[in-house]
Amino acid sequence: MTTVRTPSPSVLPAHRTDGRNRARSGRRLDRAFSGLTLTAGLTILATLVGVVLATATFAWPAFRAGGIGFFTGTTWSSQTNTFGALPMIYGTVVTAVIAIILAVPASLGVALFLTEVCPRRLRGPIVALIDLLAAIPSVVFGLVGVLAFHNVFQTVFRAITGPKANGSSLLTAGIILAFMIIPIITSIPREGIATVPGHHREASYALGATRWEVLRTAILPAGSGGITGAVMLGLGRALGETIAVALVVGSAIQITPDITQPGTTMAEIIANRFNGEGMGIERNALMGLGVVLFMITIAVNVAARVVVNRAQRRNAGT
Amino acid sequence: MTDTALLPKPSTQPGFGPVLEPSQRTDVRAKTVSAGRRRTDKVATIALWCAVLAAVVPLGAVITVLVAKGFGVVNWHFLTSDIPSVTGQTTAACRDITPAFRAKYGINCSPPAPGMGPAIVGTLISTGLAAALAIPIGILGAVYCNEIGVRTRLASAIRFFADVMIGVPSIVMGMFIYTAWVVRFGTNGRSAFAAALALACLMLPIVLRSAEEMLRLVPDELRHANLALGGRPSQGVIRVVLPAALPGLISGSLLAVARAAGETAPVLFTIGVTLSLNTSPFGENTTLAQQIFSGAKSGLPLANQLAWGAAFTLVAIVFGLSALARFVASRSSKVQKG
Amino acid sequence: MTLNGLSVFYGENLAVRDVSFGVAANRITAIIGPSGCGKSTVLRSLNRMNDLIDGCRVIGDVAYRGIDIYAPDVEAVEVRRRIGMVFQRPTPFPKSIYQNVVYGLKLAGIHDARDDRVEHALRQAALWDEVSGRLDSSALGLSGGQQQRLCIARALAVEPDVLLMDEPCSALDPIATARIEDLMAELSERLTIVIVTHNLAQAARASHDTAFLTTEVDDHGNRTGVLVEVAPTDRLFAHPIDERTEQYITGRFG
Repeated sequence: MTTVRTPSPSVLPAHRTDGRNRARSGRRLDRAFSGLTLTAGLTILATLVGVVLATATFAWPAFRAGGIGFFTGTTWSSQTNTFGALPMIYGTVVTAVIAIILAVPASLGVALFLTEVCPRRLRGPIVALIDLLAAIPSVVFGLVGVLAFHNVFQTVFRAITGPKANGSSLLTAGIILAFMIIPIITSIPREGIATVPGHHREASYALGATRWEVLRTAILPAGSGGITGAVMLGLGRALGETIAVALVVGSAIQITPDITQPGTTMAEIIANRFNGEGMGIERNALMGLGVVLFMITIAVNVAARVVVNRAQRRNAGT
Repeated sequence: MTDTALLPKPSTQPGFGPVLEPSQRTDVRAKTVSAGRRRTDKVATIALWCAVLAAVVPLGAVITVLVAKGFGVVNWHFLTSDIPSVTGQTTAACRDITPAFRAKYGINCSPPAPGMGPAIVGTLISTGLAAALAIPIGILGAVYCNEIGVRTRLASAIRFFADVMIGVPSIVMGMFIYTAWVVRFGTNGRSAFAAALALACLMLPIVLRSAEEMLRLVPDELRHANLALGGRPSQGVIRVVLPAALPGLISGSLLAVARAAGETAPVLFTIGVTLSLNTSPFGENTTLAQQIFSGAKSGLPLANQLAWGAAFTLVAIVFGLSALARFVASRSSKVQKG
Repeated sequence: MTLNGLSVFYGENLAVRDVSFGVAANRITAIIGPSGCGKSTVLRSLNRMNDLIDGCRVIGDVAYRGIDIYAPDVEAVEVRRRIGMVFQRPTPFPKSIYQNVVYGLKLAGIHDARDDRVEHALRQAALWDEVSGRLDSSALGLSGGQQQRLCIARALAVEPDVLLMDEPCSALDPIATARIEDLMAELSERLTIVIVTHNLAQAARASHDTAFLTTEVDDHGNRTGVLVEVAPTDRLFAHPIDERTEQYITGRFG
């Protein structure tokens, strides 16, 4: 109690200089702290630059040896040292496209369901389940796909397309990828749809719109930017996903229009073949595939982010 | 009370017909919504339910299969013993010899009991080290973006490239650390530490972005209050903003750790392989994810069994971390609501 | 319309208790009362907009032309077609002016004379002269008052029988407010209007009947809206019967 009545020390002359000292050391603290956080922030940019430089340098001999043939060649052989990446590029694109075709309607459906149709009591559990789906490691998807569901896939494919279909195929990989990207594609429109058009939605209902009409005319357009961006993010993930695909795609270096046949992807062949020292130039060539994959996914992600950010800014603006 | 003017109203403007027939105009029981609209609405609702099923069913399938195949494998011995060496030869050789011969020469032909101890330890070490590297840097970077360099170009560049980096395939991170670290140290380069570097590259942008979202939720009033009391901006961050955001930071970091723990691709070229316990961050090691990958590729039943057990263990760890993150986050929102 | 023993729950919370009053056709009924007394809740239960709020339950009945709009054989969509609504903040869709007005017609599948209907609706909303030359420009470029009149036009295009207005002027300046009030007077010749307002002067100026709601706080601190008094506006403001009404309109509480 008595301390309350003691005059505040800072008003005494003797303490003024002390205060100034403290101010100086405080400024120093501020500056040191800023520097520390800045360094941390720059680490991320440095890492990205490091990834580009290190992998590209390492892959350079393969690019130089292969030239344009690296991208257009269809044989990949360590015996003859010919490395053509076209089958991998083909497989990567095909599996990713299958995944997108399957995942986009499902994801949008989930997002719309959660905002407009879902009974409130179910909303929390369903969001939790979708998050859980996202949390399953990709190697587990691969394990389940190859050991538990290989025969299921094979039976179904054969029933539909004929006896040649294989349970480990581009289509299998596409289906597994679709499950893996549903949570990604769902999350962004979910945010967008949930935050934007509360009043648009009400205004539509007040004009006598049915639920589907409200979804289609008021909610989907408002979320369209976010949806486009989310689809591209999903595409980026599908292009780069490695382990699950490596287990279920069948690992056959070929270009086949039949998606129920085994194939390969860039990430698949890296994961299954790259075993380090003593590989000769194939090691550089695999690294080269990594660089190509990196560049493609960076391009897709940059584009996706630009779209998403623009959509988010627009939503924040109105 | 009084519905005085129940008479149909005169059409307000001659020239075009009424939207609804006079009798329909005031009778809410009249079905004026066309059958087509009604049907579309029904079909759409059913389609949306199906979409949710499409997302939830595979989750159920994965979990059911994991429990069916993995639960029986996991026991105390599995969690603590070394990984048995699984080769086709052992089984083949034993098939040709009689039990008496086995007994006489003390040959043990019963299949080795499955164990995953070294992989669990390797997962914990590599993920733990990665967390120790990535979480502080990520949070400090987020502090820069949201507190120190707010609205600077650099901050938005960091934010943007962090988002982009989240989308970089994880295998690229593995290749990066392989070229930048492993090849420099030859065969000794492969270690839990090298794997941790690759995993840290993967976690860093995730931690940074989630931390930034959490810092953004801290109301400006708290920052202003610190300044008004004569506090330095850095003191405000350390004493006010970070503590206020702490539960969110923890929850976001836990999710990043969960993600890293389940990653295989970055570990593949950076950790080497071992079947026996290695508690050091250096020297070849192994993780659960890596063991699942090699077990899944194998045609041998024991290897598959090991993979199922490892997968069950890994998913338990990852779900546990996610649940913990959720719990921390829900606690914090309760605290904030008061 | 007749409200009979209307109570609205949000989850466990009783927001409005036992409200009963009538809304006369072709008149303007104002609902007034202090903040949080459930004015908007009552209004939103008149065209089942409360259905959209999770955990919202309505007890009692709301009869429209003698039919309970909450009856099982009545669909919310059919109710809202006939009982339109204008919100507190203008809610134009991010589309052109024309597309905004034609929206409801499109939903209803009305193809004939669309342009005429749009013009008619905009004229009714006293907006035609200001926008007739730029129907294709974005509705978001209009001023707040114009946007609100656009929303009224949008609601009028499907020719509702009743128009509910939820503090339609609270985001507008006095001039824009005056225009909307004139508009309401004109519209009331053809349709029934229920308006929620926190502006007593507006209720006194622009309505024929007034319902006054207030908040009761129970022992647990739960706040519930109850109806105090309903009467022709002139009478209610000149000779309030209930003491609470008098206190409120003379500015002694709320």
